[in-house]
Amino acid sequence: MALLEVSDITKSFGKTKVLRGIDFSLEKGKALSIIGSSGSGKTTLLRCLNFLETPDTGTISVDGEKIFDASAQKKPSEAEIRKNRLRFGLVFQSFNLFPQYSVLENITLAPKLRVNEKKLPADIKKQELDKINQNALALLERVGLTEKADFYPCQLSGGQQQRVAIARALALSPDILCFDEPTSALDPELTGEVLRVIKDLKSADTTMIVVTHEMDFARNVSDEIMFMADGIIEEMGTPEEIFDNPKSQKTKAFLNKSLESF
Amino acid sequence: MGFWEITLSLINGLEMTCLIFALTLVLALPLGLVIAFGSMSKFKPLAYVTKVFVWIIRGIPLMLQIFVVFYVPGLVFNATGLSRFTSVIIAFVINYACYFSEIYRGGIESISKGQYEAGAVLGMTKSQVFFKVILLQVVKRILAPMSNEVITLVKDTALARVIMIVEILKAAEFFTSYGLIWPMFYTAVFYLIFVGILTLIFGFFEKKLDYFKA
Repeated sequence: MALLEVSDITKSFGKTKVLRGIDFSLEKGKALSIIGSSGSGKTTLLRCLNFLETPDTGTISVDGEKIFDASAQKKPSEAEIRKNRLRFGLVFQSFNLFPQYSVLENITLAPKLRVNEKKLPADIKKQELDKINQNALALLERVGLTEKADFYPCQLSGGQQQRVAIARALALSPDILCFDEPTSALDPELTGEVLRVIKDLKSADTTMIVVTHEMDFARNVSDEIMFMADGIIEEMGTPEEIFDNPKSQKTKAFLNKSLESF
Repeated sequence: MGFWEITLSLINGLEMTCLIFALTLVLALPLGLVIAFGSMSKFKPLAYVTKVFVWIIRGIPLMLQIFVVFYVPGLVFNATGLSRFTSVIIAFVINYACYFSEIYRGGIESISKGQYEAGAVLGMTKSQVFFKVILLQVVKRILAPMSNEVITLVKDTALARVIMIVEILKAAEFFTSYGLIWPMFYTAVFYLIFVGILTLIFGFFEKKLDYFKA
């Protein structure tokens, strides 16, 4: 059974139909890249998965559990949304680190708040908090920023900030990690370090959905490619199928434009 | 009447000045936040009512508002009026809360949506996001306009004398009936020291928050 199943997601903003019926599924441990021109609905789809937007119709299931159903009679409570949100992690285009916290604190803030909410005996609580710190340091090592643990975001380069943001998202061990154009806000020479981290995650079998404009990256790292146009999935398949033998005219046109060398 | 006698009398007045200042600040700072949330409310009628209220309070001289609070209950409703001191505090608190609310609103609305969204996708509640992530960034951004407003408050306390509250300026005025004008000018020294200390305090906090960019 697929880890993620999305069916018939639609979303309009006013009169603009941004998503017009999205159906797909994703197996555990697979990486999916979503490509397409701007305005095709890629980011909106990602935001729907993370409950930053509420789809007008459709369902989202993770691990067989329906975590969103637009036709449900009663609206989910804030607590339910919170719980379901943690199924997904999201790395933003503009990092969105918390500027007043150090790198380590950025990673531990949310997990620590969760522990503090539970009524735990003092010694168990301390153990839990220690565990969170250990985990955060391990994640920092994984993204290669151990020596920056006590730095503040304003002291880091864009690439380093994005790597911290990835560690922060991983700290809550989401089932599926989403990336919204993770390298679009970076100087070209800094994209490599971020893409390398994502590639490492891929080899560790993290289930990922990456909205990207980096065609080489999409081709080399993804198990599946989704090409979106005008709010629908125009074509979906393996990188070979999409890049080497695109069936749709729109896909061909998009790829020709994207791969044009200057 | 010697210099020390007059200085002592002014210090007595200064105590009242400090009391009005401190009470106004302690009450108006949180009330301002409540008004700010009112004017940003998604429930439109509440937002409109709040905005009209802020318009009225900011649109009328504070001196007039002091008169209104002090005299209107007695004149219009035949009720026993409030004491002079209570009237002054009510007028000051409401007036300053409205000014503070606009500073807060500006600060809160200037924080990028991304900060709220980052908190939300990490499973934080709305209040956790506000208090743990947003608030300190807002404080940093509004420190300069707040210091302006707080310094203005120091000098606005002199308005309390219009309903015979003896703050420092009123205390100095008392000596004019003995033909002494200089105590009035002498009060400037006290105001300058007061504002000087506040400037240092605000400078300290600005430095404290210098470690991050927001």
